[in-house]
Formats: sequence, structure tokens, C-alpha cells
Amino acid sequence: MESNMLKVDDIHVYRGETYVLQGVSLNVGQGEIVALIGANGAGKSSMLRTISGLLRPKSGGILYRHHQHAEEIDISRIPAEQIVALGISHCPEGRGIFSQLSVKENLLIGAYLRKDKNEIRQNYQRICKIFPILDERANQTAGSLSGGEQEMLAVGRALMSRPKLLILDEPSLGLGPIIVENLFKVLQNINAQGVTILLVEQNAVMALDYANRAYVLENGRVTLSGPSNELARDQKVRDAYLGGV
Amino acid sequence: MSGEYIAQQIVNGLILGSMYALVAIGFSMIYGIIRLINFAHGDVVMIGAFLTLGLLQVAGAPFLIVALVVLIASAIVGILIEKGAFRPMRGAPQVTGFIASLAVSIMLQNLGILVLTAQPRNFTFPDYLQKVINMGGVSFRAVDLVIMLSALTLMCALILLVNKTKLGMAMRATAENIDVARLMGININRTIMATFAMGSALAGIAGLMWGGKFGQIDPLLGFVPGLKSFVAAVIGGVGSIPGAILGGYVLGLSEVLFVGLLPPIYSAFRDAFVFSTLILILLIMPNGILGKPMEEGT
Repeated sequence: MESNMLKVDDIHVYRGETYVLQGVSLNVGQGEIVALIGANGAGKSSMLRTISGLLRPKSGGILYRHHQHAEEIDISRIPAEQIVALGISHCPEGRGIFSQLSVKENLLIGAYLRKDKNEIRQNYQRICKIFPILDERANQTAGSLSGGEQEMLAVGRALMSRPKLLILDEPSLGLGPIIVENLFKVLQNINAQGVTILLVEQNAVMALDYANRAYVLENGRVTLSGPSNELARDQKVRDAYLGGV
Repeated sequence: MSGEYIAQQIVNGLILGSMYALVAIGFSMIYGIIRLINFAHGDVVMIGAFLTLGLLQVAGAPFLIVALVVLIASAIVGILIEKGAFRPMRGAPQVTGFIASLAVSIMLQNLGILVLTAQPRNFTFPDYLQKVINMGGVSFRAVDLVIMLSALTLMCALILLVNKTKLGMAMRATAENIDVARLMGININRTIMATFAMGSALAGIAGLMWGGKFGQIDPLLGFVPGLKSFVAAVIGGVGSIPGAILGGYVLGLSEVLFVGLLPPIYSAFRDAFVFSTLILILLIMPNGILGKPMEEGT
């Protein structure tokens, strides 16, 4: 495996009274696509929310290294609004687009912390090239977009911060199979350009197809992990997440 | 009933509506961003009125300077209220914030009585603002013109700020989804603070106008504009700035017109008529005139 970018070390997380993550560890290597699969309520979203700083672990650490030669820092106590500046961009559950803002504003707000105006403009144009529909609808309110377009907007917005690590929470939710297929191809391209991806998916077939490695989360614990192709062959995974095929 | 008379009533309604609108904007912005029904907002009007009285009549400062100082000082008052009373309540159920705002309101009123006594004080603007202007049978004082024009200017400035600046974008994003706003790198404490500052600055200026309009102020004067602007914000569609402005004018106009156009024996029931109209508006448009359906809670 390549050098570690993110090392989640035995984190315990509560959401209110609920003990959602009961000692989870996982690694994400530089340049990988890593999938997190599991049933509803297994703690997948909580995992992502803890990494991006929206939830704070009771104990355990999250070590992050924004490039190969940088020093590892523990980000588990850093608030969410500062974590994005370190190169971690979180595309949240349900997309979380700002429906009253225009499509253009949604993209620009992704670059909220950046000051490099010219490069923001280039970045914006590049995203409009990846998702031409966003350019066409730039002045519409984001709430008027279809589900697939909103997902593109959410991914585009996340890219506007120029992340090193892109975290996606169920990008395929509520989308038709062709749109999902296209979306994953785009994600693969983004990954090929050097962005590491950690994603949560209900659509395990898709996730295992595109990810290098995967973790299976059950009731707040990692029960299985390994290269995607091995997991896809595992009988337990097939029974539970791949519809027994 | 002559056309001039009706025109006069409309002008009076616009003057009152301008003040309601200014207060309602802050009410609506604060609700929009943290879902807080802030009953202390009206008391910032009172603080603005007394600041004006002190600076204008006691210190004798020029009017424009007074207005500027009131604007800034009221913004600071808003920031202090947010930091002291509402930030510690962040994340608590909506009703907790509501009760905290009532507490702040009562504290400010009592502090006012303690420091300034409950005795109403006369409030007089300089002579050039008291001059009566007559235009085609409709007469108003210069101060009324100042109220209407400066309210319009401030409202336009605010709308531009909210829609065209990066801070405004952050405010709108935070109002829609605090968690996602944080993921964008928006410092929500600073954004919420800016919202309180802007809303309170407008309320403070409304206090200056209130004194100029009615000529008398006391430490409890904030209650009525606070309540009325809450109503204005609700009929306009709470959370919407244009809605708050519209609601303010609708309320101001209907108050004045009910009194002016109904036979005098009904004028004592003015508020009953006004509120019946408002209930009617809400029955037809439950989210207010310009409001969008909004989820409760935080």
C-alpha cells in the first residue's frame, strides 16, 4: 500500500446518547479509493462526520497527512470549519446543497476559504467542463435542479476547495443507474488526477466495483476489510450486501 | 372623505410601516439563521432611542453623527446579547432560546428603569427636522421624510449586502444548513454575530425614528415595536428579508388606515381589526406572504 493519508485510530463516538462508533480504525492511503459499506445505522455517516469535524470522538485519534512528506497531525479535535482548509472536503449525506442559493453561488461557496481569485475562476471553469449542466443552470436556484444535477453540484462544490481527500456520503442515493454509472466514472477521473476518495455507499456493487479497498461496518464496528475484489467474493458480503448474487 | 385625506393616511402608514419594517428585518434575519424568536429585539429599539436622546439632547452632537453612532452602538449591543445570552444556548431546543430572549428583554427593561427611571422623557429633534412640509395637501414633518428615505436606503443596502457579498452568501448558507456551512469553512459564530449586528443596527435606528415620531420615550417602549415587528415578520414570511419589509408596511398601513377610515367609535378597536386582517392573511398564506415552508427545530 502507498503511504498513509488518513489513519483513524480506535475512535469511539456518541451521537447524543447513542454509542455510534465503538472503536473503529481504518486507513486511507494516498491516491486510493476506499469504500465504507454497511447497513443503515451501522455508523457510516457518523464515521465521515467525525473525520470532517462535525462530530467529536470521545476517545481515539484521527491522523492526517495532506501530502506524502508532510507531518501527520491529529485532526480529531479540530473544528469542521478549519478542517476543510487542510484539504479534506466532505460531501454530506443528502447532498446538502444550499437550495436557495444559485448554482453558481453553491460552487463559489465551496471555495469560501480560498483567496486566489484567478485560480478559483479556473477551477470553476474546470468544474463546468466536467458537469456542463451546472454551467447552463448557473443562475438558477440550486433547489430547482434534479436529483442527479444536485449530486453533480455537491461534488463540484466539494472540488472547489481543491481537496486532497474527498469524502462522499452516499453519492448514488436516489439516482438512476445510468446517472450513478456516469458519476462513478467522474469520481474515478477525479481520483486519477490525484484526489484520494473515501466514500460511503449503500450501493455495494458499485462501491466494490470502483474502490481499491473497502471496510464493512456493522453496529459501529469494522467487521471485515480488504481489497474490493476479495470482499466482492466473500460469501458473507455477498449475502448481506450484494443481494446474495 | 377626500383624496387628500386618504393620501395623508397613506403617508402616515408608510412612516409607521418604515419603522416596523426596520425592526422586522432583524427579527426575521435572526430567526432565519438560528431559528430564534428573539423577544429582546424590541428592546434594542429602546436602547437606540435613549442613545439618540443622550447624544442629541444632552451631548448636543450633530444629527448625522448621532445616527452613525446609534447604528454602530446598537450593532455592538446586538453582538453582546448574542454572545452573552444566545451563544451558550446554541444547540438547545428552540423554546430554551425563546425563554432566554424573554429574560434578556426583561433584564434590559429593568436595567432601563433602574438607570433612567420609568418616567417618560420628551424627545425633540432639531428645528430643521420639525419643519412641516406641505405637498399637494399632504403634510408631514421633515423628520418623517428622513424616516422614510433613510429606512429605504438602509433596507436597500442590507439587501445588497446579503445578496451580493461573500458575508451575505455565508449568512444565507448558514441560515439554510449550519452543518454544511461549516463544511464549507464558514465560521458560523462570526456569521451569526454579523447577523445580530446588522439586525440590531437597524432596530437601533428604528429607535431613533420612534423617538422623533412620537416625541416621548420610556424604558418600556420596546415592547410594542418588538411585538408588532414580530407580527410583521410572520405575515411577510419569517426568514425572508423582503417579506419582513413588506410585512412591516402592510402592518403600518393597515393600522393607520383602519383608524383613519373607520368611524371614530371603532378606532379604539384598531388592533382588533388589524389582527383580524393578519389572521386572514395567514389563513390564506400560512407561510406568510413571501415565506417558504420551513422546518421547525434547529
